[in-house]
Amino acid sequence: MNTSENKIMDLSTAIERYVRDGCHISIGGFTLNRNPMAAVYEIIRREVKNLHLYAHSNGQGVDELIGAGCVAKLEIAYAGSGRFAPTCIRFRKAVENGTLAVEDYSNYQMTLRFLAGAMGVPFLPTRSSLGTSIIEKWGFAESMRQSDPKLPNKKLVVVDNPFGEWADTARVVLVPAINPDVTVIHVQKADRQGTARIEGLTFADIEQAKSAKHMIITCEELVESDELRANPDQNQIPFFCVDAVVPVRYGAYPTACYRYYDYDPVYLNDYRKAARDDERYKAYLDEFVYGMNDQQGLLDRIGTERLDSIQADPQKGYAVGLDRK
Amino acid sequence: MINKKNAMQDYTLREMMAIAAARQIRDGDIVFCGTGISMLAAMAAKHISAPSSVIFFETGAIDSRLEEVPLAVADPRVMYWTSVNGSLADAFATMQNRQTGRQVVGIMGAAQIDRYGNLNSTVIGDYFKPTVRFSGSGGACDVASFVGRTILFMRHEKRKFVNQVDYLTSPGWLNGPGGREKAGLSGGGPSAVITNMAIMGFDDDTKQMFLEGWYPGVSPQQILDNMAFEVDISRAQEVLPPSKEELRILREVCDPQRLILG
Repeated sequence: MNTSENKIMDLSTAIERYVRDGCHISIGGFTLNRNPMAAVYEIIRREVKNLHLYAHSNGQGVDELIGAGCVAKLEIAYAGSGRFAPTCIRFRKAVENGTLAVEDYSNYQMTLRFLAGAMGVPFLPTRSSLGTSIIEKWGFAESMRQSDPKLPNKKLVVVDNPFGEWADTARVVLVPAINPDVTVIHVQKADRQGTARIEGLTFADIEQAKSAKHMIITCEELVESDELRANPDQNQIPFFCVDAVVPVRYGAYPTACYRYYDYDPVYLNDYRKAARDDERYKAYLDEFVYGMNDQQGLLDRIGTERLDSIQADPQKGYAVGLDRK
Repeated sequence: MINKKNAMQDYTLREMMAIAAARQIRDGDIVFCGTGISMLAAMAAKHISAPSSVIFFETGAIDSRLEEVPLAVADPRVMYWTSVNGSLADAFATMQNRQTGRQVVGIMGAAQIDRYGNLNSTVIGDYFKPTVRFSGSGGACDVASFVGRTILFMRHEKRKFVNQVDYLTSPGWLNGPGGREKAGLSGGGPSAVITNMAIMGFDDDTKQMFLEGWYPGVSPQQILDNMAFEVDISRAQEVLPPSKEELRILREVCDPQRLILG
């Protein structure tokens, strides 16, 4: 719990302090929306290694962290970025090449795991996945689980309903809590103490935030506390969960940020082409990630014309009529 | 009967698939949409035959006003003019909830399917050393575990209609009658498979897939030639091609940029 009044810091300081080699991390967002991409690129630039990454469907950010070689182990429900990459390409290559250990869950199971972590209970039950290979096949061997104190000893457990037939349920699947060392999310508005407001869908960001030991928030706009406190029912993240507040314009770019900007179809299409080929991917990383000092550098490289094209319509929340081919 | 001459060849197979799926949606259904063609089917149904259906996404958006087709379930386009924005936790609880869940019809695709409608969207080959890795379940396993019925999109190919899926990501009827109950699953199972050649149903008693209808220009034998297992074709009829009005709505209202229709 961090009650400090002013948690503003720059992104490289926040990442250096909280995202270390081998740490367990989760990132916010969903497929091509509100991934904390500025933070992802900074993690890549700092060459953080051996991350243990927890994701439900975090798409673009997950694929870039994997592509840059930052991730050793992944627990995930869905690695895709919508029509731009029905299966994330660097993820797919890493799994097929055997360089990434993966444990598969469903989206609801990953959400419940974060929620259990946020609630302080060891597991939560669901009826999802009974009878499937998600129950049968364990990506992480039990021996590996036994030898790693930061992992639960089982992927999941199926138990008979201890309340008999109560709620017309014969048995349930228990999924273990996640408490990442650090969660990074990108939001529209935050104040200097860390109170934060997400506009549009929150996905599982709130559960991810509250389950983490440390929390980094990047925000489009740093606003006065009074502005947020005037409508507290629109705020989701309490400041005491937050360790770092980092204002970053276009901090989710090239993914979308509702009411601010759309995803950039040009970037995502170029990324897909580069990701298919190892040499081209290396060139992509060199040019667009390692070659930049920060997110502003990337924005300068992309240019105002493209950024203008993805400006969100204030009422619709996305760029109306954007060419998304 | 529709005059086939007029309708022939003035639509694509993807359009036929989207309309065939849209026709399966009933007024009042809560329609869970995955990415891609399932969104078009849901949009088309809402504009054509099921105006009171509710489009619903696992990301938490309820009754989105889709003025442009979303390219992912987290596309900001799903957030516009919703009645309520929930979270992932809310969305899946709505489906696990027995009151609301049974009203939900899920529409989704996969890489492999078996005769009982069990789906694989995880790996081809051995899970531990896969030949091909796919995205994984996402919400598909949850939806298939919980909701009243599911409509599945598949391409008709031998390697996709298999005797046994390499990884069972999302439960269909499992191993047949009573399989879901035995495993502890409630909810219904798959009700239809919409392919690029046909509509497949599931027999009420055996829970096995059968040929319900073939598209104009396709023969039942061609369909069997594209499956690794035999199905009953005795009940099959030719599917009505998309009407002019169905095509107009699909092309002009749902996907004028042809982002999904291609």
